Amino acid sequence: MATMPASASDLLKSFKLKTKQQELLIRVSILCLVYILAFITRLFSVLRYESMIHEFDPYFNYRTTLYLTENGFYDFWNWFDYESWYPLGRIVGGTLYPGLMVTAVLIYRILRFLRFAVHIREVCVLTAPFFASNTTLVAYFFGKEIWDSGAGLVAAILIAICPGYISRSVAGSYDNEGVAIFALLFTFYVFVKAVNTGSLAWSLASAFGYFYMVSAWGGYVFIINLIPLYVLVLLITGRYSMRLYVAYNCMYILGMLLAMQIRFVGFQHVQSGEHMAVMGVFFLMQVFYFLDWVKHMLSDTKLFQAFLRITVTCAVAVGGIALGLGMVSGYISPWTGRFYSLLDPTYAKDHIPIIASVSEHQPTAWSSFMFDFHILLFLFPAGLYFCFKRLSDATIFIVMYGLTSMYFAGVMVRLILVATPAVCLISAIAVSATVKNLTVLLRSKNKVVQTGSTKGSGGSKSSSKALLDQSQPFQKNGAIALLFGAFYLLSRYATHCTWVTSEAYSSPSIVLAARGAHGNRVIFDDYREAYFWLRQNTPQDAKVMSWWDYGYQITAMGNRTVIVDNNTWNNTHIATVGRAMSSYEDEAIEIIRSLDVDYVLVVFGGVTGYSSDDINKFLWMVRIGGGVFPVIKEPDYLVNGEYRVDKGAAPKMLNCLMYKLCYYRFGEMLTEYGKPPGYDRARGVEIGNKDVKLEHLEEAFTTSNWIVRIYRVKPPNNRCNIHGQSGTCNPQNLGVCLDLLGLVDVNLGNAPTKPCCSLIEGLVDLEGAVCLCTAVRANVLGIHINLSISLSLLLRNCERKVATEYICGP
Amino acid sequence: MGKFWVIFVASISILLPFLCNSFSPETPTDRRVLVLLDDFAVKSSHSSYFNSLKLRGFDLDFKLADDPKIALQRYGQYLYDALILFCPSVERFGGSVDVAAIINFVDSGHDLIIAADVNASDLIREVATECGVDFDEDPSAMVIDHTGYAVSETEGDHTLIASDDFIKSDVIIGSKKIEVPVLFQGIGHSLNPVNSLVLKVLSASPSAYSANPLSKLSTPASLTGSAISLVSVVQARNNARILITGSLSMFSNRFFRSGVQKSGSSTKYEKSGNEQFLTELSKWIFHERGHLKAVNVKHHKVVETDEPALYRINDELEYSVEIYEWSGTSWEPYITDDVQVQFYMMSPYILKTLSNDKKGLYSASFKVPDVYGVFQFKVEYQKLGYTSLSLSKQIPVRPYRHNEYERFIPTAYPYYGAAFSTMAGFFIFSFVHLYNK
Repeated sequence: MATMPASASDLLKSFKLKTKQQELLIRVSILCLVYILAFITRLFSVLRYESMIHEFDPYFNYRTTLYLTENGFYDFWNWFDYESWYPLGRIVGGTLYPGLMVTAVLIYRILRFLRFAVHIREVCVLTAPFFASNTTLVAYFFGKEIWDSGAGLVAAILIAICPGYISRSVAGSYDNEGVAIFALLFTFYVFVKAVNTGSLAWSLASAFGYFYMVSAWGGYVFIINLIPLYVLVLLITGRYSMRLYVAYNCMYILGMLLAMQIRFVGFQHVQSGEHMAVMGVFFLMQVFYFLDWVKHMLSDTKLFQAFLRITVTCAVAVGGIALGLGMVSGYISPWTGRFYSLLDPTYAKDHIPIIASVSEHQPTAWSSFMFDFHILLFLFPAGLYFCFKRLSDATIFIVMYGLTSMYFAGVMVRLILVATPAVCLISAIAVSATVKNLTVLLRSKNKVVQTGSTKGSGGSKSSSKALLDQSQPFQKNGAIALLFGAFYLLSRYATHCTWVTSEAYSSPSIVLAARGAHGNRVIFDDYREAYFWLRQNTPQDAKVMSWWDYGYQITAMGNRTVIVDNNTWNNTHIATVGRAMSSYEDEAIEIIRSLDVDYVLVVFGGVTGYSSDDINKFLWMVRIGGGVFPVIKEPDYLVNGEYRVDKGAAPKMLNCLMYKLCYYRFGEMLTEYGKPPGYDRARGVEIGNKDVKLEHLEEAFTTSNWIVRIYRVKPPNNRCNIHGQSGTCNPQNLGVCLDLLGLVDVNLGNAPTKPCCSLIEGLVDLEGAVCLCTAVRANVLGIHINLSISLSLLLRNCERKVATEYICGP
Repeated sequence: MGKFWVIFVASISILLPFLCNSFSPETPTDRRVLVLLDDFAVKSSHSSYFNSLKLRGFDLDFKLADDPKIALQRYGQYLYDALILFCPSVERFGGSVDVAAIINFVDSGHDLIIAADVNASDLIREVATECGVDFDEDPSAMVIDHTGYAVSETEGDHTLIASDDFIKSDVIIGSKKIEVPVLFQGIGHSLNPVNSLVLKVLSASPSAYSANPLSKLSTPASLTGSAISLVSVVQARNNARILITGSLSMFSNRFFRSGVQKSGSSTKYEKSGNEQFLTELSKWIFHERGHLKAVNVKHHKVVETDEPALYRINDELEYSVEIYEWSGTSWEPYITDDVQVQFYMMSPYILKTLSNDKKGLYSASFKVPDVYGVFQFKVEYQKLGYTSLSLSKQIPVRPYRHNEYERFIPTAYPYYGAAFSTMAGFFIFSFVHLYNK
């Protein structure tokens, strides 16, 4: 872009514009192009698939937006949703960030007012790209504020196509982050502007920007902690000024009052541990101001020093006591788990499995940094170098923003998003400063060689002339080479970004695409197939139990009540579902009945090789279930710490509800040529329990590629369960069997095995064996026997099919 | 054309009562009964029992159990409302009837009477097992009672038992007390311990046991004492009723008419209790007694009459339901004081006994608890002998809306005062600061 003024200048000359005007025109046109580019590069998903909402959370946002358009704001605000979290329900209005929905509806209303007959879905799909475009504008102004307009332009271009940002803002990705990054950058920009100018108006604007951010995303906590940190750094480095005082105080007080209007946030600004830093800094500012005033009044330095010491000590002591009292009395809530897990990456893994289970909460791999930032990754340190070289209030801010957000990006994958604007801005400084230096070098050299009439700006000419070392003949060539290198890198960046956008980030994840054997595209639309089946074929008030990942989609697309969903506000409820999924069918059915569940939905990738299915998520269900219900123990599902589904899998694993529901009738299926039936393509093994029998559930629907399987819960047996009730493994009752095992010679086949057999009658073959093993291990009667032989004999006497030499697990 | 139309309508209206004369939720009593026999001699030897049924208006259809033409349903419609299996030795039913067909018959709400006998076939045993009782496995075993036998001139092996250990339920065996012991001769059965739906109606005495009367007892009998059931009934979850007994002869004319004297007792009755017992029991089995229905489940806020789509926490509401009992010919109000309603969300938040107005209308009013969520009005009425009532109605309870809270609360007055005084102070300060030089 730096060459453009030179190449286009001849053309522009014919318009007889002044240089300033020319520059403005070029800048505006570049910005316009960037604005459009940012929008259209996010449309891959619409072109590849269709105009649809992606993933999980966006479906909830879409559903609430629909509700907002249909029922108006007050109903939305008071919405009690009884279709999710059955039977608890969820106060939607009070537990969401309404910014996104209100924005979309506002755009929708405006379009309607302008007589554009659009559907709210289209607005929702395109909200994120639209805000991404706006973000480029903010990036430009921000870059201009901290460096110069060149850096601003580069920043706008970098952020327009940066994959780290595109990942959350493609068309259809209708999530809070889509508008929140705009709000975040806008707030920062306006705040820096306010600090630079000391203007009350800009400060007010930043308060409003903050309000919008609070209304849009929980990530506002980052702002409310970064800004006081920044102010603290300025105070420590002796950069305290009246501008800072005005900007910070106005922004904090008004921003806080505005943020309290959001129901979900409420009084957190004065009550929660995460918001205490900003308050502390606020009081510190007052102390500083007071000290300044005292210093102004007192002429005696020594006296002031003493006064300073006393005041600071007192202030810190008072603040500490207030904080301590607040914490102890419970008025100030401690930090939440999410906040802890940001500061200590291992915290979630040890304490809150539900946070650790989300893939986007995992620590970031190096490759994803490379994937999302590409060349920005090493332009970033260069930019930091330039920033440190020219320290100002603004550059200090961007450096702090960059460093903190990079740290957070390392802790959680999803926070790469927050780091992206900072990385783009700092890299833009690096690019812009380098290119500018090089072109200046180039031009002044030209100047020297052809001592004539060029029309460069006078100021830069003279300054660069002074800097130039005339005795370096290779400087020009070097500069040209470096420039070409820079353009090469930037063009690689553009190619990479486009490739990543089209290949990785434009998949809606609700419709899966794969390459067929001949390179053709195969579409798996199983999710929607299943949800539409639910919508069409189940009673209106049917309750569907699934793992929480699919809750939002089931309510939004299937229009059916779910037990748990992606808003993971009640860990116990989720743990109950996890427990049901990881119990034996007979125990699970009790939980299922107590929750009035009518249908159970599982996602299974064994046929298609789709790896993020419920079997692969299953250990998290066990962990989360076990976190609340200690009867569920993770080692029961593992064999030597290894998670398997084949023959060597743990017996509990082979007979838990999730395994049964996923692999029901799968044992008869041929998935791949040359493999045995029941070959699981997602895990690449032949499954261990091919003879899955279901007793209380029956298969209701399986999608064409088996990705979603839905089971109906059968009503209790009409004549009481002749086989059913005895089907629970109750080791205490198996004394008869142990008698047999220990005392009677089962070998002869004439022992009265019937009473024992009737006890394990309801159990499926393997379960019977497992149950007996448990009974033996519990050693009810205190007998020790040679198990392996008599056990399998007994089981065969009861006409159970087990491997001839079934051996009890450890 | 018009005339033809009138005739058509008239004929329909005349025929209608007859067309509707079968089992239905409106008239739960059975009408058409299929009786399967081993041979037609049973028809005459048990004629008293059959006649008592015919007199009560039942339409009996006698068929041999292996008749190839028997069918329980045609074109998906059941041809009968009830089935009597007086064919203990049948190995295979004729036609399309098999165990599964009989079980489906019951599971679709129809009634069943099974009478087995010594040497009962596996088929009959299987049907019984599906219903929750197990006949003694020994094919030649009979119930023997050396102390509770009926004194008889001809038989001396004590297999003819006089039993009077009835279930204590007026609904099942009638309100008139059965004074005379009931004669029983046949095989005993035990109840499946995990099956809570099966009830022992006539139980053997503690001294009874089940064994082959002709051979010497070498091993301890597997069924002994009052664990042996002589007559059992099952009420399935869909209210189908099943009678199971191990004696076909207890229905016979001979037992009906025979006198009875229990061993060790001096009183000799002229006529056994079989007729009264079995007739009353058949009234219960065929839903002439103990059949309840609940209609008009309503709930609304105390001052209103319309049913709302959802309640708010702390609303006052009224719940009402009408419960009727089928008397055999009409629906009579059911009057009791133990019907309870639950306001239920995972566990009952409110459990309240409904008060009735003696005309079958049960109602209660209560305050919605201060908890939001999806609640259910639940009435789970399960009383011995009666059909179970299980009503549940889902109703969400929402929290207050933003404008339903109190606008001004007294405790907050200091804060209001602070806010307004600050505003006033700021105004005065600005005024003074700007204009007071």
